[in-house]
Amino acid sequence: MRMPGSATAVVAHGRREARVLGAPNSRRALGRYGPPLVFAALVLGAWQLYVSLSGISETVLPSPIEIARALVAARGTLAPSAWTTISEILIGYGSAIALGCGLALLVASSPLLERAAYPWLVISQLVPVPAIAALVVVWTGFGLGSKVVVIALVSFFPIAVGAIDGLRSTEPAVLDLLATLGAGGLDRLRLARVPSALPYLFSGLRVAAVLSVIGAVFAEWVGSYQTGLGYLILTYNNQTATAAEFAAIVLLAVIGIGLFALVGALERVLVPWNRALERSSRSAATRGDHD
Amino acid sequence: MLEATGLSKAFAAERGHTELAVLSDVSLELGAGEFVSLVGRSGSGKSTLLRILAGLLAPDAGEVLLDGARPQSLLGRIGYMPQDDLLMAWRSTLDNVTVGLELAGVPRPQARARARAELTRFGLAGFERHWPRALSGGMRRRAALLRTFLAGREVLLLDEPLGALDALTREEMREWLLEVWESDRKTILMVTHDVDEAVLMSDRVYVMAERPGRMHEAVAVTLPRPRTIELCDTAAFRALAARVRVPLRQGRFAQAPR
Repeated sequence: MRMPGSATAVVAHGRREARVLGAPNSRRALGRYGPPLVFAALVLGAWQLYVSLSGISETVLPSPIEIARALVAARGTLAPSAWTTISEILIGYGSAIALGCGLALLVASSPLLERAAYPWLVISQLVPVPAIAALVVVWTGFGLGSKVVVIALVSFFPIAVGAIDGLRSTEPAVLDLLATLGAGGLDRLRLARVPSALPYLFSGLRVAAVLSVIGAVFAEWVGSYQTGLGYLILTYNNQTATAAEFAAIVLLAVIGIGLFALVGALERVLVPWNRALERSSRSAATRGDHD
Repeated sequence: MLEATGLSKAFAAERGHTELAVLSDVSLELGAGEFVSLVGRSGSGKSTLLRILAGLLAPDAGEVLLDGARPQSLLGRIGYMPQDDLLMAWRSTLDNVTVGLELAGVPRPQARARARAELTRFGLAGFERHWPRALSGGMRRRAALLRTFLAGREVLLLDEPLGALDALTREEMREWLLEVWESDRKTILMVTHDVDEAVLMSDRVYVMAERPGRMHEAVAVTLPRPRTIELCDTAAFRALAARVRVPLRQGRFAQAPR
């Protein structure tokens, strides 16, 4: 029964067992982006058709083409405001990431601190940020500072919770194994706890990205400094310049999508092992369609 | 090489339960270069014993001597392969098997070179850049074994290293593991549920009784080496296997579970 050189037999066996991943790139891209783009085109077409057929007033519902015209016409006002809002979001969101991750690492290093701080972290979120936004303006003025603070406040929580939960999520058995290999506390943090926290952190980052855009608009409404897309939306609304208002909303949406995509791209770079999982399950799910 | 005497361990009582004695006065000895197995039913405290020997758990009583001395801590001195392969999902196969070398301060290029030299023998050649997720069950086991071997300890504790594999793969891996051991002559203590596996591979088989876990018998396996699967069909082998199996079966239901 003995095979000649069973070690080589095991190698051959191993090769057979391995899974083959991957499909042509262009076809995958078409399959991924095609349907949502077609869907968007259909919705925009129906919208355009409805506006031109029903004769609804432009101040109530402008057509997509009118919005596009307003976007071009008001670009001189929209562009600097968009830049203001983008800066607010990037600084506020960035601060929230730094604070959230910092707090998570601090809490992870001390179980006592975790027990002491975690419940308060959750309770702090029961205070609605809009309720204290006016106070923030009192404390930090009408400038960029108050916007950054409000954005950081609303996006901090999901980031901190994601990072803390992630750092807690490491299998204890892995930490034990590393200890038998001679790993100290910092080694275990670096080799196991931080990497296993990343998927949780990125869930938090995605939620926080959405919240940061909402936070920016709200902050500009509460304490305006005559610029920013949130401010413009209010102004255009008062002027019943509905098409221009829609144009500002479109830009805000684009900023939100851009930030979301940025987080997604960062995740693909920093959490490549999850991506491999996602791709293999997707190709398994769609294999039936292609064959 | 490694000597444990009078190890006892009980786990603290939970509500509604009395204190649970897991190990009671367990002693064993591993000579340099020996392959020793530990068999016992569920509840005989095999895994707990291994965790104590690996330095992860302190015994309530008894002591563990390494090379005749009582070390400050066994952590980092003994190779330990737990029941689950515990490959880290975020590291490639190569980076998983080199983690012990990395922790020992070996520079990365050197660590990788040493791992690459072993990939073929461990049936992982061509898979060093794969994520663990893409590996089959057998390959994950071999990767976990390679991680344990590369860490370079003289004593290796293997907790069911061939568990949860299909029968065919398991049989192949037995012979393969014997080959690896015969060329490296590490000191191995292997936990298994499989009597034939224990007898085939070992110089000595410790049989444990359960509730509380205690040493029942040590069966010396005097069969010649190198050994192959065919040995399992010989009368001498069957006689030895019976000596291990009978006490295991007698232990059944001997004590009512708490």
